[in-house]
Amino acid sequence: MDAPKSGEFAHIGKSVVIKGEVSGSEDLYVDGSVDGKIELRNHSLTVGPNGNVKADVTAKAVVIQGKLDGTVNASDRVELRKAAVVNGDVTTQRIAIEEGAFLKGKVDIQKEAGKAAGLASS
Amino acid sequence: MASVSDNVMKFFRSSSNQTAGPAVPQKITRRSSGMGEISRLLNSQESLCVLDLGSTSANNIRFFTSKGHKNYSEDLLRSSLEPALRVQDADGNSVVDSKKFLDDNLLYASAQFDVVLCWNLPDYMEESLVKPTIDRLWSVMKPGGLLLAFFHTRDAGPDTTCYRYHVTDTDMLEIQEVKLALPGRPKSEKQSPRLQRVFNNRHIENLFRDFASIKFFLARDAIREVLVVR
Repeated sequence: MDAPKSGEFAHIGKSVVIKGEVSGSEDLYVDGSVDGKIELRNHSLTVGPNGNVKADVTAKAVVIQGKLDGTVNASDRVELRKAAVVNGDVTTQRIAIEEGAFLKGKVDIQKEAGKAAGLASS
Repeated sequence: MASVSDNVMKFFRSSSNQTAGPAVPQKITRRSSGMGEISRLLNSQESLCVLDLGSTSANNIRFFTSKGHKNYSEDLLRSSLEPALRVQDADGNSVVDSKKFLDDNLLYASAQFDVVLCWNLPDYMEESLVKPTIDRLWSVMKPGGLLLAFFHTRDAGPDTTCYRYHVTDTDMLEIQEVKLALPGRPKSEKQSPRLQRVFNNRHIENLFRDFASIKFFLARDAIREVLVVR
């Protein structure tokens, strides 16, 4: 996935370092470093190829192309792209993992009422 | 005459071809008596705790979680190749620091897992890490828990393909070649890890001597499957 056009996402560029809590009500693209906590609830987080996130993440959807250390709680889906490195537990309804991605942690697939959990494989 | 939608689809197909990365290794199937026994356990009980030590597999996560089991994934071979783990021994040789490796990996509560899938890890892991890793696995497994490992026989050469394993609902496994960034090589240049050694039956029995029982299955493809009970 290419970097999204600005305007579609709030964008944290690759030279930006944030320590603390990031929360918002729009989609977020992180290609820099975030150390703390990210809370987006009904929106998506994309960690770009240069992104280095050390945070517990809560969002609707989480797409990881870079590095993430921390727990991921996504109410809808998680996608690990081929260069993703994730150290932490993942809780979501659906997860897709590309060939080459690295995940160290527990995966908890939470089924939505009346809907089977689905996973897309690489 | 091609419709507009056909032309649009051709455009997308050709665009994706231009940006396609290296081809994904093909999956082939292999029968596994050891996996057959594990599958029977997974199909007959609920809420088991499973530790998969192979390359991260969406297929395996789907399989375990759809059956109501707890799935933990930890690609130990890849973790063991981290450059930060390498130190120099007294003779100046580059070796892996097994203490640091165990400080960073396999950090679970004692007696947590019902099933551990080791796959071919001991054959490809550096010598100094094998015994400490098996000892740690003993401590994180429940008494009566099952561990599955594959060991090459003497017929296998050093360039034997290293595979990742995808479970199915039966005794059939889907296997797929693994290529990793190896120590001393550029990160972009991924290669199949080399077989480090071949264990004989006595070595394997010694490796698992603290476990309650061990069962061997000899397969046709120069592999001994070992099913160990904690």
